[in-house]
Amino acid sequence: MTRVLVAMSGGVDSSVAAALVKAAGDEAIGVWMRLHDVADSYSEFKRSCCSLDAAEDARRVAAQLDIPFYIFNLEREFNDGVLQPFLRSYLQGRTPSPCVDCNNVVKFGALLGRARFMYDCEAVATGHYARIENGPEGHRLLRGRDPRKDQSYFLYGLGQEELAHTRFPLGELTKPQVRDVARSMGLTTAEKPDSQEICFVPRGDYREALRDRAGWRPVPGPVIDIDGTEVGEHFGAAGYTVGQRHGVGVALGEVRYVFEIDAEANKIRLGRREDLLVRTFQVEQMRFAAGRPPAARPGSPEDSFQAEVQIRHGGRTAAATVRPGVDGSWIVETEEAVWAAAPGQAAVFYRGDAVVGGGRIVQRRPSAALPPAGG
Amino acid sequence: MPIYLDHAATTPLRREALEAMMPFLTGEFGNPSSLHGQGRRARAGLDEAHERVARAIGAQPREIVFTAGGTEANNLAVKGAAWAGKARGHRIVTTAVEHHSIGHTVRYLEKFGFEIVEVPVDRYGRVDPDAIEAAITPKTILVSVMLANNEVGTIQPVAEIAARVHQHKGILVHTDAVQAAPYLPIDAAALDVDLLSLAAHKFEGPKGTGALYIRHGTNILAQEQGGAQERYRRAGTENVAGAVGMAIALELAVAEQPETVARLAALRETLAAALRGLPDFEETGHLSDRLPGLASFLARGLDGVAVTTALDLAGLACSTGSACVTGSTEVSHVLTAMGYPEDEARGSLRISLGRGTTAEEIDEAARLIVRTIGAQRDAVANLRARGLVPPATGSREPGPMATVEAAAE
Repeated sequence: MTRVLVAMSGGVDSSVAAALVKAAGDEAIGVWMRLHDVADSYSEFKRSCCSLDAAEDARRVAAQLDIPFYIFNLEREFNDGVLQPFLRSYLQGRTPSPCVDCNNVVKFGALLGRARFMYDCEAVATGHYARIENGPEGHRLLRGRDPRKDQSYFLYGLGQEELAHTRFPLGELTKPQVRDVARSMGLTTAEKPDSQEICFVPRGDYREALRDRAGWRPVPGPVIDIDGTEVGEHFGAAGYTVGQRHGVGVALGEVRYVFEIDAEANKIRLGRREDLLVRTFQVEQMRFAAGRPPAARPGSPEDSFQAEVQIRHGGRTAAATVRPGVDGSWIVETEEAVWAAAPGQAAVFYRGDAVVGGGRIVQRRPSAALPPAGG
Repeated sequence: MPIYLDHAATTPLRREALEAMMPFLTGEFGNPSSLHGQGRRARAGLDEAHERVARAIGAQPREIVFTAGGTEANNLAVKGAAWAGKARGHRIVTTAVEHHSIGHTVRYLEKFGFEIVEVPVDRYGRVDPDAIEAAITPKTILVSVMLANNEVGTIQPVAEIAARVHQHKGILVHTDAVQAAPYLPIDAAALDVDLLSLAAHKFEGPKGTGALYIRHGTNILAQEQGGAQERYRRAGTENVAGAVGMAIALELAVAEQPETVARLAALRETLAAALRGLPDFEETGHLSDRLPGLASFLARGLDGVAVTTALDLAGLACSTGSACVTGSTEVSHVLTAMGYPEDEARGSLRISLGRGTTAEEIDEAARLIVRTIGAQRDAVANLRARGLVPPATGSREPGPMATVEAAAE
């Protein structure tokens, strides 16, 4: 019997994942990860996947399935690898990708390491909607069958070794099917609503997390329109995200979006919708599922490859040519323009359903683009 | 069938106790306060339970108050003595290694103006009677010192402490005898304590039942108001079956004590000897003045939670020094009070034997522990080699505020 550690959040997806591991005849071990201090609270943060209520839901399901259940403390890993980078990103005017970090550092980093080496587990299973295919050329990460739930975007960081020791029991299922399984087994989490938020931002306002956890004190600064004129005042640059609609557009008679954030100078720059369209952007910290970039198409420059790029969870893909840039970064050129390629966001490359790899969109140099303060 | 070596957490209910309880869970369901036949028969069962518990600890039946467990007994003793003594003083002397039902209760009283003194312990978890006496002032109203520690098994010199304290007038002495009860002769008169707490489930009685011995003439303020039950010291309809089960279990534990103690001490020694050679591994607690069935260890560089998790998966139920349900990284206050640094204290392991423990189980447990500790050390090295930090092997990180602000600067 193969021993598989199931990361149970207390939600319906990971509950069913645990049930399916057990049903497949493997020895399932349920683990709820304590990741941050939201875990100290009960009902106040009912909706978060990381409160003690969630731990109790996970425990109930584990008991229903008659599998062992433990709580692992991964606060340190989460703080260093997810929470601090998240706060730093906003403070530096970038858009964080905490779920990507959590998968890389916590679930398929620390948790997988402990599962394999401390508890003799063959694999970690999660309730992600993604698939792993084992072929002669190694392990391939594929999109989940349910296009509305596919979570492969967040999992691009998994390499061959991680994929070899990972199970996604929900990969072939749709969300309604998962709920049906939960109902048919009478799991207590069957009707639990989906969580929609970042787990450590329980009320959905990341600015609150910036204030509470990073001591952020917003300082107002200038809002500059695309033509360089100052059109208003913002309440603090870290409180904005690239692509966010900005209210000043009403006064200007045309909708405006946050185009660029210069955290250092505490300025934000607005643009019209079309100003946020780009066809070329740079990506760093690239990871490839196969451990190396895909082979170039014959006749193309060596090291370059073709893929479809996706720059946000659930977003559309665009055909792209990807070639090496300087300092280990990669240059992405898309056939059609993509909208709001925010620095810090993950850019994930696919070929069909298969994840080729991914990285983080690099910050442009805003200081050069923005006119000096006070004009 | 897994091996159960966590008797300090709880013990199985013994058959004799269950059988004694059954009538009161079925036909004899009466309320002891009722005047009718059912009530009288329930009252008789409860009275007999008072008598048996009293006899087992050298007390009078009226000196026994049944509670809903050890925690309630400790709360009643400490809060009851504190509020009753408030007119005379406000200082409470206790030790740094008490169970949370004492430690958190005195912290609660502190909010109401009581002054709390936690007397430190030595490397072996022992408190010095001189240090207790030195902490006494004219404003002291209560001294509470546990009879035996739940994490490391160290026995405190309670009789000597009580003798010293009682040289000063008007100070009550309480002892938490919850862990000690099955293994140490408990004679309230010989110990010369005013208050003494017991919990039935530590000696194969039912959960949810405990008792507080209150020496005749001791004034404490009841913490539950309502009816006249337990001579006005604990209102609420009595848990008759629980009291009956507790009484039988305690009586039997006391009768079997010499044999149990001798057998468990030998088994404990076998286990300790088998583990003695392990690297970075040591026994904690007092070398001789300790509970016979409780072995506590420290595996330096390992996480006690990880070790007990791996042992559970391997079929051995035991615990770290302090059980923690919510997965917080709180470190044992007992081991830190004994002078162990936080990161070492995380490696604690508690193996507690019970009356049903066999020599075969101890041999198998020793084998499992040796193997698991070795595997955990390999795992730590393996994780480090992969750039992953093993759990709980360092003290806690500084708060997020400091690190983010530094990064933002």
